[in-house]
Amino acid sequence: MVMAIKSPLYMQEWTLKNIIDRFGKPFVFLLSISPLIRLIWFGVNNQLSANPIEFITRFTGTWAIVFLCLTLTITPLRVTTGWNTLIKYRRMLGLFCFFYAFLHFSTWLFLDQQLDFSAIYQDFYKRTFITLGLAGFILLIPLAITSTKSLQRKLGRSWAKLHSLIYLIAILVILHYYVHKAAKNNFGEVIIYIIILGALLAWRIGRWSIRKHAQRNTA
Amino acid sequence: MRLKLPTIPSSEITPENVFYKRRELIHLAAGGAFGLGMSSWFTRDAFAQSSNKLSVTANTTYTVMEKQTSFQDVTSYNNFYEFGTDKSDPASYASSLITSPWKISVEGLVSKPRVFDIEDLLKLMPLEERVYRMRCVEGWSMVIPWVGYSLSNLLKLVAPLGSAKYVEFVSLADKKQMRGVNSEVLHWPYVEGLRLDEAYHPLTLLTLGLYGQTLPKQNGAPVRIVTPWKYGFKSAKSIVKIRLVEKQPATSWNLANSAEYGFYSNVNPEVDHPRWSQATERRLNDDKGFFAPKIKTLKFNGYGDQVASLYAGMDLKKYY
Repeated sequence: MVMAIKSPLYMQEWTLKNIIDRFGKPFVFLLSISPLIRLIWFGVNNQLSANPIEFITRFTGTWAIVFLCLTLTITPLRVTTGWNTLIKYRRMLGLFCFFYAFLHFSTWLFLDQQLDFSAIYQDFYKRTFITLGLAGFILLIPLAITSTKSLQRKLGRSWAKLHSLIYLIAILVILHYYVHKAAKNNFGEVIIYIIILGALLAWRIGRWSIRKHAQRNTA
Repeated sequence: MRLKLPTIPSSEITPENVFYKRRELIHLAAGGAFGLGMSSWFTRDAFAQSSNKLSVTANTTYTVMEKQTSFQDVTSYNNFYEFGTDKSDPASYASSLITSPWKISVEGLVSKPRVFDIEDLLKLMPLEERVYRMRCVEGWSMVIPWVGYSLSNLLKLVAPLGSAKYVEFVSLADKKQMRGVNSEVLHWPYVEGLRLDEAYHPLTLLTLGLYGQTLPKQNGAPVRIVTPWKYGFKSAKSIVKIRLVEKQPATSWNLANSAEYGFYSNVNPEVDHPRWSQATERRLNDDKGFFAPKIKTLKFNGYGDQVASLYAGMDLKKYY
């Protein structure tokens, strides 16, 4: 007898692969949304510190960087482990990066600056870290818009080209964070992200140069 | 018939320690429901340190009639790098600080150097309550009822020599009691300083308490300085040494980044911090909450009438 392509769960074997195929995405989604739930919980319980706007700004900014790191971890992890299913999670993690970056940006725009455009304009051209962060966020927008499967197919090779902007974004974002902390001499956390993002970018540079080398040798 | 407003007898008011215990209980209950791991993921409480009540008299000359920042906020949102760089670190980790016994040595260019016990300082002068604005260089501000008396009282006792031009404040830096001192984030011990005339100014408060009680550890117990017309970092905490010196002291933040943290660091909306504007500030504990607009920062934090003359003829853009 031929099995249906997607049989109901009770008919499937409870193999690890089946479980991951079935529950992997909802599970990762719940994990990814949990920082937001935590933030709301803090808000409800009056635990956003004496300076809630600063707290929300830092909280969402940190999680945007975490999701940027996670998104960039997928490919190296997939290539080194050969676990190709991982690619299914890249879009979701990337969109969560955008989601937290959007909350971070909105907190700054609506709560911190209160749409005071003259102050925003001043900030934009006078404060390096604002300029860097804003540039990073703006560049994320086209990536989020073109993240759907259909657009990925339609754009083909140029999709990959467009999405390699993420490397530039990673550099902008880490500089944004670094410049913000630099003058306070407080590098503890920034260094962690510099190391992680540096390693993730270095791995790619390594892979490119190996490929180039191989191409040259075969040509 | 006239309506009588109910008066709350003081026996009905929840004492502070019971209030915190209650919160603890609520969190404990929440912990049971969520599982222990979850409860720590969902709480970020730090407990205020136990303090002793002080008998104080309000100094109305130095009382700002603005809404005071709550005790909770004043004691849970602090920059005190000796305990960590996060604002919640001091409240979380300052309990390891031993504030009794505590000695503070007043020395240097003085004719009567002297070591004071903290108990001596508490008895030296009648304690005043002064409500000051506190403006942090980071762009936020509070209104805090401090307890203490003018530093000049102490300085007069040691009789500074004519050669003394500056006062240097040295904070405790003990790795065993202060976990943040293990990190190289600042040059330890924390050193701050004032020009002698600034130190003698009546506004400069030798501070021993807040909200009518001894200083909580996270606020710089047992003794600190408060100079309300300067950015908060100028007000050294947990002081062990006061030295009268001839040359301008090398202060910690100035050593760390002189372009951003000048020796004077008077609150000045006209001089931007390199990374942000100082024209406005966020007043913490504003009634309007989240959506409260920032307020305009006042020159010398609103204390210009009292202190501007100290800087007559000085270019405050140069001496920031």
